[in-house]
Amino acid sequence: MRLQYPTDIRVIQLPCSGRVDILHLLKAFEDGADGVYVAGCMEGDCHFLTGNYKARRKVEYVKKVLESLGIEPERIEMYNMSSAEGPRFAQVANEFTERIAELGPSPVAKAKAA
Amino acid sequence: MIVGDSKPLEEILAMIEGREKVLVLGCRGCVTVCNVGGEKEVGILASTLRIARKKNGQAPGIEEMTLERQCDPEYIEELAEVAENYDAIISIACGVGPQFVSERFPGARVFPGINTTFIGGALEHGVWTERCQSCGNCLVHNFGGLCPIARCSKSLMNGPCGGSASGNCEISPDVPCVWDQIVKKMDAMGRLDELEQVWPNKNWLTARDGGPRQRVREDLKQ
Repeated sequence: MRLQYPTDIRVIQLPCSGRVDILHLLKAFEDGADGVYVAGCMEGDCHFLTGNYKARRKVEYVKKVLESLGIEPERIEMYNMSSAEGPRFAQVANEFTERIAELGPSPVAKAKAA
Repeated sequence: MIVGDSKPLEEILAMIEGREKVLVLGCRGCVTVCNVGGEKEVGILASTLRIARKKNGQAPGIEEMTLERQCDPEYIEELAEVAENYDAIISIACGVGPQFVSERFPGARVFPGINTTFIGGALEHGVWTERCQSCGNCLVHNFGGLCPIARCSKSLMNGPCGGSASGNCEISPDVPCVWDQIVKKMDAMGRLDELEQVWPNKNWLTARDGGPRQRVREDLKQ
């Protein structure tokens, strides 16, 4: 299975999506990322029981932060997929890339480039 | 612990408007434990403010620092060499922090980044509840270990009042009536008769009503 997905996605591997920290998500935006998504395991299937639920709550928190800063909250998302779902991984990568392409560059990156 | 709540971001952004160099100052005391003003929260607030400034094309100029405590002059002193470098210091300690920093550095512009809400404890991770009103004369042992001052909406000493219904306070169905709890607890402990004691009016002079309070321990003073 040699699936293609957009090359402008930078994958950061973590032992569990529960390891994602609000600060990691914010730092990505601070450094100019146009969008960030967390790909966690299927809900109910977390090896550590609740890691993916915790990740979702952190994503929701950052959505609110972005909103209060006047940045589209759609720039951050939580997805759930099993590690056996290669095609779904590629599909989500394509979907999210399209969403971000529609939104355009992050206002943080835009200001930086100007 | 002293429990606080972050101020709205808009309020903090308005405070630092036009102030180039800003220090977000955390505290490793109570506000770290209630997840509102520790090193982690300093990082989150600083990062959020940087995003806001970068979005507007401004230089971020936001730095971070966390003191052991902001309620002790010896730790505030750690700011001595850096305080004057900043156009604004946002203290995310309880209300004591911004005051101690302002007192020590009279020229500094210090802003509170959190609202101090109450003295309480954690019911579970992420849920805090008020337990003490620092009235200055603790009586909880007379009420089954439950404080009618902090936990009764009217701070009644001889409750419950007529507003108690189905175990809840009349102010909201989400607020338990502590007097209902006190009666049930005392009953379960076989101490119900103790509640027949009529308490005279509480002397509030030991509380805030007596004016700002100060405590001096001669044996510790240097």
